[in-house]
Amino acid sequence: MSKALRLKSTLVSLVLLVILLGGWEWMNQIPADTKPLTEYEMLMGGASQEARVPPPSEIIKLGYEELSDPFYDAGPNDKGIGIQLGYSIYRVLMGFLLAALIAIPVGFLIGMSPVMYNALNPYIQVLRPISPLAWMPLALFVIKDSELSAIFVIFICSIWPMLLNTAFGVANVRKDWINVAKTHELSALKTAWYVVLPAAAPTILTGMRISIGIAWLVIVAAEMLVGGTGIGYYVWNEWNNLNLASVIFSILMIGVVGMLLDLILGGAARWIEYRE
Amino acid sequence: MTAHFLEVQGLKKSYPGKGKHPEAVIFEHANFQIEKGEFVCVIGHSGCGKSTILNILAGLDEASDGVVIMDGKEVSGPSLERGVVFQNYSLLPWRTALQNITFAVQARWPQWSKDQVVEHSMKYLDLVGLKGAEHRKPSELSGGMRQRVSIARAFATQPQMLLMDEPFGALDALTRGVIQEELIKIWSESKQTVFMITHDVDEAILLSDRILLMSNGPKAQIAESVEVSIPRPRKRTEVIHHDDYYKIRNHLVDFLVNRSKEYARDQEEIDPNRQPTTVSFAR
Repeated sequence: MSKALRLKSTLVSLVLLVILLGGWEWMNQIPADTKPLTEYEMLMGGASQEARVPPPSEIIKLGYEELSDPFYDAGPNDKGIGIQLGYSIYRVLMGFLLAALIAIPVGFLIGMSPVMYNALNPYIQVLRPISPLAWMPLALFVIKDSELSAIFVIFICSIWPMLLNTAFGVANVRKDWINVAKTHELSALKTAWYVVLPAAAPTILTGMRISIGIAWLVIVAAEMLVGGTGIGYYVWNEWNNLNLASVIFSILMIGVVGMLLDLILGGAARWIEYRE
Repeated sequence: MTAHFLEVQGLKKSYPGKGKHPEAVIFEHANFQIEKGEFVCVIGHSGCGKSTILNILAGLDEASDGVVIMDGKEVSGPSLERGVVFQNYSLLPWRTALQNITFAVQARWPQWSKDQVVEHSMKYLDLVGLKGAEHRKPSELSGGMRQRVSIARAFATQPQMLLMDEPFGALDALTRGVIQEELIKIWSESKQTVFMITHDVDEAILLSDRILLMSNGPKAQIAESVEVSIPRPRKRTEVIHHDDYYKIRNHLVDFLVNRSKEYARDQEEIDPNRQPTTVSFAR
C-alpha cells in the first residue's frame, strides 16, 4: 500500500471513529434536570426513568481503571479483566493445541490415503456440523469437570477445520514435488517431512487460523454455561450485576484478543508461505 | 547378447479399454539401447508417448509390458542412479536455489557433513553460472535460471544416467541457446549418459550422438535411430556449416512431417523384436 493511500484510509478510519463515538455519546446523555429532584428521583439517581447504554466516555474511564490493574483478585466474583481473559486464553490454547495434535496427523493420514479418506469421511461429515455447545451436557457427564469440559468443547470445535484443511493440503501437493522426492529415493517419512509438510503448510495454517477464530467465538458461550472464571462468565456476571459499562468493555476486549490471536497465526502463515 | 549400458526390450504402454472399447495402446515394441556416455535425444509428435518412456526409465511410471535393464539390473522404481530434469523444473519453491541442490546431495550422500554438502552443491551452482543467486527462492529466479538450478541438481547427484524431459521447452530461444551450450560443457566434463526428449530438431542435432525418431501414436513405434555424425566439440554457430547438418536436419523434418504418420498404417506386420532402423550420413 502506498503512503498516500495509507494516510487516507487512516484518516477515514479516524473520522468514522469520531462520528460513531460522538453519536453514541450524544444520544446517551442523561437529560439535565430542569427542576429540583424530588425525594424519589434522588433515590433513583435522576429524573429520567429510562435505562441508557453507557456512553463511550464512561466505558473509556472504566477501561482505563480495569487495564491499569488487570490482574487483581478479590474473590470469586471480583477478578481483574486480565485474569478473566487469561483463563479464557488458557482454555482456548489447551483445546486448540490438543485438537492440532490429533487433527494434523490424522489429516495427513486421510490426505495421503484415499482408503482412510473414504472410511473416515462419513464420520467427519456427521460430526462436523454439530454445534460444539451441544456436546456440553455429554462432556459434563463423562468428564465430570466443568473446566475440562470447556476445554473439550474448544477441542471439538477447532478440530474440524484443521483436519479438513490438512487433508486437503496434503492431498493436493503437486505431483511434481512428490516425483522429486521419489527420484531422490526419499523414504515415506522423509517425503512427508521434507516435501509434503512444507508444501501443505500454508493450507494447514489456514485451517489453524479458522480453528482458533471459531474457538475464540465458542469459548465465550461455553464459559457462560460453565461459569466460575473466564471472559464469557465475566460478561454474563456483569450483565447480572447490571453493569453495562463493564459488559461493553469486555465485549471490546473479546474483540481485541480475538484479533491478536488471528494476527499471531497470520504472522506464522506469512512466515511459511511460499510463492511458486 | 552384448551388454549395453541401457537395454529397453519390448516396452509397451496401454490403458485398459472401458466396456467394449479395445485397450488404448500408446506405444508398443519399443526396443533400443543406449551406451555408456552416450547422449540420445528422442523426437516425436505430441502424444506418441515420449514422456511416458522417460517416466518408465525414471521408475515413476510402470510399463504395461517389456523390461528396462540398466547396468545389468532391471529398473523397478525410482533411483538416485537416474537423475531427472523435469520440463517444469520441479524445484521446491520454499527452498532457495542452494537448498534445492543440497536437498538432492544430502539424499545421495547421507553420510556427508553439512559443509561437504554445501561445498559440493555450490560447485555445481557455480558450474551453471548461478553463483551469487544461491540464496534466492525459485520465485525470484527467471525461467532460465530455474532450469539451470534443476540441471545443477541433477548433475550434482552424479547419477549414472540423466533423463531430461523437454528441459528447454518453456524457455525463449536466446536463453535456450545459452543453456544448451552450458549443458554441452557440463556434459563433456562429466560424460554422463543422457536420455533427452525434445521437440526441437536443431537442439537434438546440436546435443546428441544419436536421435531416436518416434512415429505417431496410437501404437507408436521407435522407428529410426539417426546417428549425428558431426564431430565434437560442437558450437551452435558452427554446427550449421557442417556438410551433414542439413542432410540430418532434412531427414528429421521429413520424418516428422511425412513419414511419422505412415508408420501407423501397416501395424499388423510389425515384428515385436524389431530394432529401429539405423540411419547414418557419415562417409
